[in-house]
Amino acid sequence: MSITTVKPTKPWAATPIDRAITSLSIILGLATSVLVVALTPMKGKLAYFFVFYISWIIIDSLLMYRKIGGKGVRDGLAAKITLFGGILVMMAVTSILWATISRGLKGINTAFLTQTMHSASLFDPIGKGGILHAIVGTLMLIAIAIIISVPMGILTALYLTEIKGKASGLIQFLVQAMSGVPSVVAGLFIYAAIILNTPLRSSAFLGGLALTILMVPTVTRTAQEVLNLVPRDLREAGLAMGATQWKTVALVVVPAARSGLITAVILGVARIAGETAPLLFTVGVFDNYNFNPFKGDQGSIPTVVWRGLLGGTPESIQRAWSAIFVLLTIVLIMFVLARTLGSKAMKK
Amino acid sequence: MSVAAPTKIAPQARVITTKPRVSDQIFRGIVTAFSFSALVILSLIAIFLLSKGYSTLREQGLGFITHFEWVVNVDDAGVESAHFGLQAMLLGTIVISFIALFIAVPLSVLTALFLTFYAPNVIKKILVSVIDLMAAFPSILYGLWGFFVLMPMAEYWAKLLHKWLGWIYIFDVSQPVFTRSPFIAGIVLSVMIIPIITSVSREVFSQTPLDRVQAAYALGATKWGMIRAVVLPFGAGGVVGGSMLGLGRAFGETVAVFSVLNIVFRTNFHILFTQGGNVASMIIQRWGEAGKKEIGALMAAGLVLFILTLAVNFLANAIVTRTVKSGR
Repeated sequence: MSITTVKPTKPWAATPIDRAITSLSIILGLATSVLVVALTPMKGKLAYFFVFYISWIIIDSLLMYRKIGGKGVRDGLAAKITLFGGILVMMAVTSILWATISRGLKGINTAFLTQTMHSASLFDPIGKGGILHAIVGTLMLIAIAIIISVPMGILTALYLTEIKGKASGLIQFLVQAMSGVPSVVAGLFIYAAIILNTPLRSSAFLGGLALTILMVPTVTRTAQEVLNLVPRDLREAGLAMGATQWKTVALVVVPAARSGLITAVILGVARIAGETAPLLFTVGVFDNYNFNPFKGDQGSIPTVVWRGLLGGTPESIQRAWSAIFVLLTIVLIMFVLARTLGSKAMKK
Repeated sequence: MSVAAPTKIAPQARVITTKPRVSDQIFRGIVTAFSFSALVILSLIAIFLLSKGYSTLREQGLGFITHFEWVVNVDDAGVESAHFGLQAMLLGTIVISFIALFIAVPLSVLTALFLTFYAPNVIKKILVSVIDLMAAFPSILYGLWGFFVLMPMAEYWAKLLHKWLGWIYIFDVSQPVFTRSPFIAGIVLSVMIIPIITSVSREVFSQTPLDRVQAAYALGATKWGMIRAVVLPFGAGGVVGGSMLGLGRAFGETVAVFSVLNIVFRTNFHILFTQGGNVASMIIQRWGEAGKKEIGALMAAGLVLFILTLAVNFLANAIVTRTVKSGR
């Protein structure tokens, strides 16, 4: 009797013929794209990519048809087309990031980050004047918005998760609706309600109020999600020990969700840091420091970008790109912070 | 001698109430009061915009929505006469938003499917972060990018479209000027709303009941067969709701559209032509030189925009919530 060992087979592994077909279809796709770009008026790198991808999909499907049949071909097509969607979205993001970095870095220098535009104009050569006043202004706006919207947002979230009163359905609905308020409407509202009705004129405080309207829904929704993640046991344990609800919430629930709540605030800040439209109505523009939040116009990064864009000369446009680079860096840092804190909160 | 019967002192029965303590009452009171801030803010917005825009609305009547001229004349005596009509801007807003949806919805659904069912874990993590980041990009960044990076490319695409499909009404142009068109504004908006639609769709897709997915595989379905038979019918409502959330965002977008659109008060359906309208951007554009009367009209325009986005958002949230809850 002889023992025969069965060699393990891998029916799913690619055979040499499959590999040949794959490389053949890629080569044919490349050839088609070169031909099409040469013969038709479609030009550019994007044209190469599109024609290649489409012709590769078609050729590959045709060649594989004999092996895997209609169903298999459709399955493969679906995978390739969804990948195509993902690639396109990535391309858009990469293009935006690359444009910001490559164009923005050119105008970044120490003067740009440490001086104000007090004695320089948008049209002066790069190297004269900077946006430190705008950075300070934006930070001030963010601080005001945080001070007003964090209590509002987190208390609303507490109502939705801890008290669960009769109105929670309605409130949930309204918070969602509020997240869709256009930024321009927020600015118009503050203008109509305060500047037209009271002696207060445009200032960082009013800008902070307008930004609050946009920030509250983000904070509320994220905080609500985080608070819902706190285990019920913790709340029940607190109550079983004889603590009042207030003490349970203040000493157990909120500390347990602390890093998540910070994430909520950071996401809210990232949402409003770059808002431009409301600032045009409520804060105005200013070229120097203004440390009084209740009086006088205030500089801010988005309005620097806005004026640079409207300025239209190469220098002002360069300033706009550099300012947006600074703004994007701030947003990115916050985003990464929120992510790391958030994932920590999830793990607990 | 009589012994006094020992008196029994019965302990008083403990009073059990469900009434919260004072500290809890205060706590609940404060939290409940703050929870109504959303209601208060939304109604204040409506009240103040209405009060400032009321005179315009009464003067112009229904014409505020159905006429397309927006003119302010000051005659020699200094008397202002004005005619305000939003029709061109409203139609322009809708045209741009639908171009954006037309591009963004297929791309977002494909991306969401890719993320949920095809992407390897590493790529999935990166792509999800990138898409979330995209939602946090400042809108003025989209404006800059749209004007300096996208516009030269999109102008070229527009020329191609016009050359090959110019016989279709919407791709026709009266003059060969292709910059700052609704088409380009639509592309910029589509990039802005992709993260919203993608994340909502992804969430709905990932909630597909596992038993149905496995049932489909057990019956011998391919992955695509499973997606078509189970995931897409299940997630359709979520995709529609997500798209409407995107639509709401597209309606209200201001500075990004302003940077890439030539705003003209004339109804225009030739999407490749350099002429379009958008309520939000129009408000910004007219603001600088607006007199007292026109500011009132702009407030009224803001009110129209507010009501429009609120309605779209209500509907979208209702659809999303119902889809996610009912599980079908």
